[in-house]
Amino acid sequence: MKTQGFAAGLAATFTILSTSAAFAVTEISWWHAMTGANNEVVETLSREFNESQSDYKVTPVFKGTYPETLNAGIAAFRASQAPHIIQVFDVGTGVMMAAEGAVKPVAEVLSMGGAEFDKSQYLPGIVAYYSKPDGTMLSFPYNSSSPILYYNKDAFEKAGLDAGNPPKTWPEVFEAAKKIKQSGAAQCGLTSTWLTWIGLENFTAWNNLQYGTHENGLASTDVELTFNTEPFVRHFQNLADLAKDDTFRYGGRTSEAKQLFLSGECAIMTESSGGLGDVIKSGLNYGLGQLPYYDDLEGAPQNTIPGGASLWVFAGKSDDEYKAVAAFFEFLSQTNIQQRLHEVSGYLPVTLAAYEATKASGFYDENPGREIPIRQMMGKEPTANSKGVRLVNLPQVRDIQNEEFEKMLAGDQTAQQALDNAVARGNAAIQQAIGN
Amino acid sequence: MSPRVVFPNKLLPYLLLAPQVAITLVFFYWPASQALYQSVLREDPFGLNSAFVGLANFRRVLSQPSYIDSVQTTAIFSVATALLAMVVALLLAVMVDKIIKGRGFYRTLMIWPYAVAPAIAGMLWLFMFNPTMGTFAYMLRSAGYSWDPLLNGPQAMTLVIAAAAWKQISYNFLFFVAGLQAIPKTLIEAAAIDGAGETKRFWTIIFPLLAPTTFFLLVINTTYAFFDTFGIIHAVTGGGPGKATETLVYKVYNDGFVNLNFGDSAAQSVILMVIVIALTAFQFRYVERKVHYG
Repeated sequence: MKTQGFAAGLAATFTILSTSAAFAVTEISWWHAMTGANNEVVETLSREFNESQSDYKVTPVFKGTYPETLNAGIAAFRASQAPHIIQVFDVGTGVMMAAEGAVKPVAEVLSMGGAEFDKSQYLPGIVAYYSKPDGTMLSFPYNSSSPILYYNKDAFEKAGLDAGNPPKTWPEVFEAAKKIKQSGAAQCGLTSTWLTWIGLENFTAWNNLQYGTHENGLASTDVELTFNTEPFVRHFQNLADLAKDDTFRYGGRTSEAKQLFLSGECAIMTESSGGLGDVIKSGLNYGLGQLPYYDDLEGAPQNTIPGGASLWVFAGKSDDEYKAVAAFFEFLSQTNIQQRLHEVSGYLPVTLAAYEATKASGFYDENPGREIPIRQMMGKEPTANSKGVRLVNLPQVRDIQNEEFEKMLAGDQTAQQALDNAVARGNAAIQQAIGN
Repeated sequence: MSPRVVFPNKLLPYLLLAPQVAITLVFFYWPASQALYQSVLREDPFGLNSAFVGLANFRRVLSQPSYIDSVQTTAIFSVATALLAMVVALLLAVMVDKIIKGRGFYRTLMIWPYAVAPAIAGMLWLFMFNPTMGTFAYMLRSAGYSWDPLLNGPQAMTLVIAAAAWKQISYNFLFFVAGLQAIPKTLIEAAAIDGAGETKRFWTIIFPLLAPTTFFLLVINTTYAFFDTFGIIHAVTGGGPGKATETLVYKVYNDGFVNLNFGDSAAQSVILMVIVIALTAFQFRYVERKVHYG
């Protein structure tokens, strides 16, 4: 292996030396998981970057779903064939962070490109989530979203509810859902995608509660989960009770429940702001609201945490290649690019300047719901509870949570049992993952 | 002793065998040895640190209650899938055997589903029975039956068994039809003249004479249910709800590629390898003895 690597390096050196400097184009690869319209955005951005200068060339490669892309990246790294840039979903953040030596912090890459990296220009909530405890930004936020409330205005009117004024707190949401169900305005009142991301991780931040020790894992990997306290139990018992008569309906572990809302079966839904495109396309008479909270909890509503994905840079590449990556990230950070990304795709803008520019353009006056996810994330300075959740094995812990929730919603166990089990099993899995 | 055909050239037989050996080496022995190697290691996902841990991975896997549950799930799933696929296929084969007109047409139609990839078959069933978008799910619910495989474990299990069996019926059907054709008509006619009814003829003549086919299919269907159904489970339930449809193969995938726990995952695939070798050996050693080869 060693000699092979040396030989390959030698060959590469010769190739570089033999091409004259004037034509030396540094090529970098970008593995991503974007499909449909979002894939087009990736292609467009890459093409525009390649056309904007002649020193660097970025090649986007579609690698499947988020987990598939992450696995492909890991496998490629193990085979010393890693791409330069890889898009990793929020849940994989902990996995990547634990892999020191495999990744190169974005802050470092950007400064290698000669650009002064100014953190204050980026949205604080997003930067905090993708930074190390010491503040070094590790990955470049590409597509960020935040969970919000969607509701069916027609069903609200049928049930005699105020369609111009969505419920703000969970008790209000439950009341509305019951009214909708009882009046027959819709078959089910409430549903939610991503019970883990919305119901636990964002619930934690939004209601200023603790999910686990060490700032929910942001300060250390040795986390002890604590999401089986009273507010969590109360919330999930409420959902379990409503599930008995179909007032709350479960759709699946990820975003399957969106179908229940789009088909008109369920009248209220909590879902990522990134799901807005499909809702608009469905032609539903919808309204948007803030993510609900419990108003008796101190500090609620606090702030939500970003979902979506960020771009990571693999370690072990040449300086020229890092300069190319830096140039590409600089390109992506430009205000007009960010503003367009935000308006076209529904992702949140990454820089404050892009947010201000969108505001100034009057986009939010025409599309009032589109500012909700940003305001939720930026409303307050994040507390120790609300910077996000980070575990080295968050995908596994989410699986455990989903399994326990499913048993609870099927009526096999109470919310207390479900959360106790999820905490116990999750803690065991974390200890194993960090090598204890 | 039958006369043995011997190649005059000493090298030629090895040359002829070489491609097959090479394929087996690359696609079986190499990955299998990698799995064995991984199963005694403990490693982070990126392979930055690894340590030899002996049999610790096996000990941990075997002491997990979820692993024992998965063994149980696999047993239920495999037996039900193999049985259902074989019984239905046999029934259809016997029926088609009776048809005079358009037999070829029916046969072709019956064989088609075999061409469907497991993941696609899974998606088809998902589209029909998924509670959020399925047509049949909607009909079931309208009829007052509370159909919710997203939360109801037994219902989810029924769904994956049905999808897995449906896909395998064609294959079994093909072999049963061939088997039925090999049964001498004279035997059946003689029995009919002796006054044996249709049921009696089936159980005393046709079924015993089909035994070699049935046995062969039993082996094939069991391995199918063990390994080839991953795509169906992945598409239909993803192992849920809870862990209700997490078979051993699915658990290997889940622990390895979702939870990124390669050591445990490799240990499980080694165990799975041992189980299947044992199962096949057992079937050939004991079950085959009782099979009557006409």
